[in-house]
Amino acid sequence: MLNQLEQLAQKALAELNAIADSKSLTGWHIQYLGKKGEITLMLRRVGELPREERPAFGKRANELKRELEAAHDRRAAEIKAQEMEKAFAENALDVTLPGRPVRRGHLHPSTQVLRRIYQIWAEMGFQVYRARDVETDEYNFQLLNIPPHHPAREMQDTFYTTTDGVLLRTHTSPGQIHAMHEYAPDPVRIILPGMCYRHEQITARSEIQFHQVEGLAIGRNIRMTDLKGTLTAFAQRLFGENKPTRFRASYFPFTEPSAEMDVQCIICGGKGCKTCKYTGWLEILGCGMVHPTVLRNGGYDPEIYTGFAFGMGPERITMLKHGIEDIRYFWGNDLRFLRQF
Amino acid sequence: MKVPLSWLKDFVDIEMSVPELAEMMTMAGMEVTHIDYIGLPESDLPWDREKLVLGHILRVEQHPNADKLVLATVDIGADEPETVVTGAPNLFPYIGQGDISALGLKSPFVMEGATVYDGHAKVPGKKMKLKGRAIRGIMNRHMLCSEKELGISDEHEGIMLMESDAAPGTPLVDILGDAVLEFDVLPNIARTTSILGVAREIAALTGKKLRYPDFTIEPTGKPLADRLTIETTVPELNPRFVGVLIEGIEIKPSPYWMQLRLRLAGMRPINNIVDVSNYVMLEIGQPNHAFDWDVLQARAAEYSDDGKVRIITRLAEPGEKVRTLDDEVREMPPSAVMVTDPKSALSIAGIMGGMESEVQPTSKNILIESAAWNFINIRQTATALKLHSEAGYRFSRGVHPAQAMLGALRAAKLIHELAGGVISADMVDNYPLPPETITLEISTADVTRLLGIELDRDTIRGYLEGLEFVCEPVGDDGLRVTVPDHRLDISADPVIGRADLVEEIVRMYGYDKIPHTELTDALPPQRNNPKLEWEMTLQDLLVDVGMQEIITYRLTTPEAEARLIPNGEPLDDSQYVALVNPSTADRRVMRRSLLNSVLEIAAANSRFTDELALFEVSAVFLPTENDVLPIEQTRAAMVLSGPRAPHNWQDGDAAPADFFDMKGIIESVLDGLHLPEVSYRPVEHPTFYPGRVAEVVSGKTVLGVLGQLHPQVVAAYELPEDTAVLAADLNVETLISLASDSYRVAPVPRFPAVQQDIAVVVDESVTAAELEAVIRKAGGFLLADVRLFDIYRGEQIGAGKKSMAYNLWFQAPDKTLNDKVVAKQQNKIVKALEKQLGAKLRS
Ligand SMILES: [Zn+2]
Repeated sequence: MLNQLEQLAQKALAELNAIADSKSLTGWHIQYLGKKGEITLMLRRVGELPREERPAFGKRANELKRELEAAHDRRAAEIKAQEMEKAFAENALDVTLPGRPVRRGHLHPSTQVLRRIYQIWAEMGFQVYRARDVETDEYNFQLLNIPPHHPAREMQDTFYTTTDGVLLRTHTSPGQIHAMHEYAPDPVRIILPGMCYRHEQITARSEIQFHQVEGLAIGRNIRMTDLKGTLTAFAQRLFGENKPTRFRASYFPFTEPSAEMDVQCIICGGKGCKTCKYTGWLEILGCGMVHPTVLRNGGYDPEIYTGFAFGMGPERITMLKHGIEDIRYFWGNDLRFLRQF
Repeated sequence: MKVPLSWLKDFVDIEMSVPELAEMMTMAGMEVTHIDYIGLPESDLPWDREKLVLGHILRVEQHPNADKLVLATVDIGADEPETVVTGAPNLFPYIGQGDISALGLKSPFVMEGATVYDGHAKVPGKKMKLKGRAIRGIMNRHMLCSEKELGISDEHEGIMLMESDAAPGTPLVDILGDAVLEFDVLPNIARTTSILGVAREIAALTGKKLRYPDFTIEPTGKPLADRLTIETTVPELNPRFVGVLIEGIEIKPSPYWMQLRLRLAGMRPINNIVDVSNYVMLEIGQPNHAFDWDVLQARAAEYSDDGKVRIITRLAEPGEKVRTLDDEVREMPPSAVMVTDPKSALSIAGIMGGMESEVQPTSKNILIESAAWNFINIRQTATALKLHSEAGYRFSRGVHPAQAMLGALRAAKLIHELAGGVISADMVDNYPLPPETITLEISTADVTRLLGIELDRDTIRGYLEGLEFVCEPVGDDGLRVTVPDHRLDISADPVIGRADLVEEIVRMYGYDKIPHTELTDALPPQRNNPKLEWEMTLQDLLVDVGMQEIITYRLTTPEAEARLIPNGEPLDDSQYVALVNPSTADRRVMRRSLLNSVLEIAAANSRFTDELALFEVSAVFLPTENDVLPIEQTRAAMVLSGPRAPHNWQDGDAAPADFFDMKGIIESVLDGLHLPEVSYRPVEHPTFYPGRVAEVVSGKTVLGVLGQLHPQVVAAYELPEDTAVLAADLNVETLISLASDSYRVAPVPRFPAVQQDIAVVVDESVTAAELEAVIRKAGGFLLADVRLFDIYRGEQIGAGKKSMAYNLWFQAPDKTLNDKVVAKQQNKIVKALEKQLGAKLRS
């Protein structure tokens, strides 16, 4: 019977080596080592042997069974590895196919640049102060040192409403007066974002509404050197560290001295191009020391307090940064434009 | 303002290059926006020094074979003169006059091989290289040319005929090469609306001396005072009026140099009198006007016994009309100041002369008016008349009354030189309101306080004196500064005037030299800005769920907003913040509805995409009776339409979004804002599809509305009609007032939940909200969560009924629940549903 067993084991091993798939392997295991498997059944027949042969048979039988189990496991691992390889080959994807699209919302480009501006100024202690769109002539002009028929009014074509003395703000500067009235005599350090309106034709270069961000700092010790240092720090954070800036004399009714700040052209690096009209510089913001009249109108004594103010156009900044040539894109809200931000 | 460099150099030496000059002007507040180079190497057409030279015309003969051509013999400094064929009509008068060299007719001479502009080309800027060719049988190698061919101006009527002291053969670029700098005149720098004014700035900036024009005259004529009186009835609007008479003049073209300068500065030469008037205005900034004295005298004969001319300046009478020299009859606004005689108006003060008394080609005697006007008044009148003249341009920016006398002197001098005649022995100078001389004090400390730099007194004094301020030391570090009489922009208020002076000081010092410092002043108390912060959170939450932010025009029309109501009528303009002066008809009121704005953008985009998921958070404007200013209310409007998920190659098209997609977005956003007790109530709203619209409520406060748009509204906006268009409109201010950042967070459960499912059959009228409320109440604290997972309608359960299936999760904080407890709790729920809502458990 031991011989029989040895032969059976040889046969099983031979068959095992020929097996190439896990299903046949399971069948093999049932056939030989299952509850009713041939090896199992032969082991059960140990009682048919004479008593003295039983230990040797038992020992050998168990050895063979273990060997077969081990062989089975080895074969199983081999087959599994082969099958996996096969599956990998079959399941390979064209990884260049497009991914399943996710619907992603975007903030409008103006919101994105406004938030960036808020963030930079917040880190310098300037907080956001917002005011109304529909304003009085008094706040939009008179308190800002722009009396009726003043030449400076020509710089800003105004939308007037049917209510006498009420207009759409042409700049966010009326907020400066509101803020001063609220803060005086405390120091002020704010930025004033908001939508402004000008009576213009709508063209690629001009719009009837646009955002503006103004800034205002008032204190007992604020000087033009601070204005230059602070605004240059801002411009370099927005446009790039070490970007040269320049300040040149200008005019705004609510500041004196007034200046325009230019930043070296971000398109051509200062060599001169169409965008910078071959000057190498881009006009980024207007600024100046707060005019004594405006300080007075805001409740600050100009002999004690000084301050600086500035203003910039987020849409213009976005256009320069991204090479946009048509300002109408902003309120046109074409998704093919907006989804690029 | 256009400034020819050659003219500027009359008054100040300029050693720097043109780009350096432009840069210096730009930095000092005169932003040069354009430079036109004429003949110089930087020019589009540099003039060849060898081939473009000055020619002297010696003789003009008829071309033997052509009526309309002449042969001109020209000295170009060579051994032999050259002969050229030309058709220039302005040479015809000299045909056959023999040797005309004594006339001194000079003209640019262009030699074969030189490049000039093609005078006949339709496209401006087209160049041509001169090639010799036979013209009607005579070989021609060279040419005489026009200003257009040289790129000086558009003038192409004949060849240039000029005077010049330069020798024939001199390179033309040395005589006429020039650069014209154009810069923007800011309101505070009105003094630079003249060549002299610009020269003064350049002199101050470069430390050079300013040369003045010659104002000396020889008044050899008869006295004027007994022939002319001037009355100014409104001195505050007309503080000065100077009159000077030149008798016996001859009207003719002005000399070439003057014509050229006028053209370079952008004005058209007319005749010597008009040209002098314009020239003086451009040169020193004082506009002036020439009257035909004989016309004034003829009128005087009708109104005065002694024949004396009476000029009266006064405000316009109501409805007063005047025919201006451009031959238009204009009705005067009430602000207009008129120069009149007792008969009628002669001209609109400071803006435009009248037709009748204008200088004619036959005029013999000329009265020059050189006056001062109030700049605000002139601006008001010019704006009302929509009449923008060079004189008005300058007067509306402010010309100091002291300049009026200089204008009269300079005009009289130049007229005498160019038109002959004698200047009246005296001038009539009516000066009722001389401005006060402004004197200010400034110290080195004042400069440091504003600029942050230390300048010593002498430096400050140097800067101010360069600009003709008169300075006198006061105390240790102060100056008493007297403002020169060409400036109106320096305030007499001691504090404001000081700021005005500091601006001059820093312009001279150089903005670029001011160092950079960090703010060291006290930081103000920092405050929160909850409204802004919550608005940003709201935007972020909407973007998170795939919505695209848009920003729209806040101006619209009542008609556009009426589309929100089926068959809606536009609200009256009085319900809106309406514009008096809209720039386009479709933007004439401030919006009352944000949803209208968002729907317009949705419709525009629907032409190329069916995937619409848009929102805007922005203001609407609601007029109120209590205030002249409207309520500005922040709202959030959303539009959703098209497939629920983006198109892709794998899954086929997703189902179209419906009411519940929009609701899901709102739920997600309100959850993100941690709004308490949010619920949705059926509501009637004309904009929406009846039965598919809900009010969004938090506690008892209505936040807004959401739903599917009414088909008529969809059609009115031309939105896609084959799929549902969902929209929502919420009051952001209410939303923010209820939002909270101090909500409580529940602990993570330590014991497992037991899930059970139940399905109940109820009448269609029973709402999901009612069912869930009963389930939650009956389930008590052990019911951790409820979720509807299926709705079934069908024959099995009968008409008018629906089966609602829920997952229920039971959970206790302190132990694992056993089946018995769960069964008991579930039973309670079923009983409550049966009792309160007539539900039947579906087995
Ligand atoms: Zn550039």
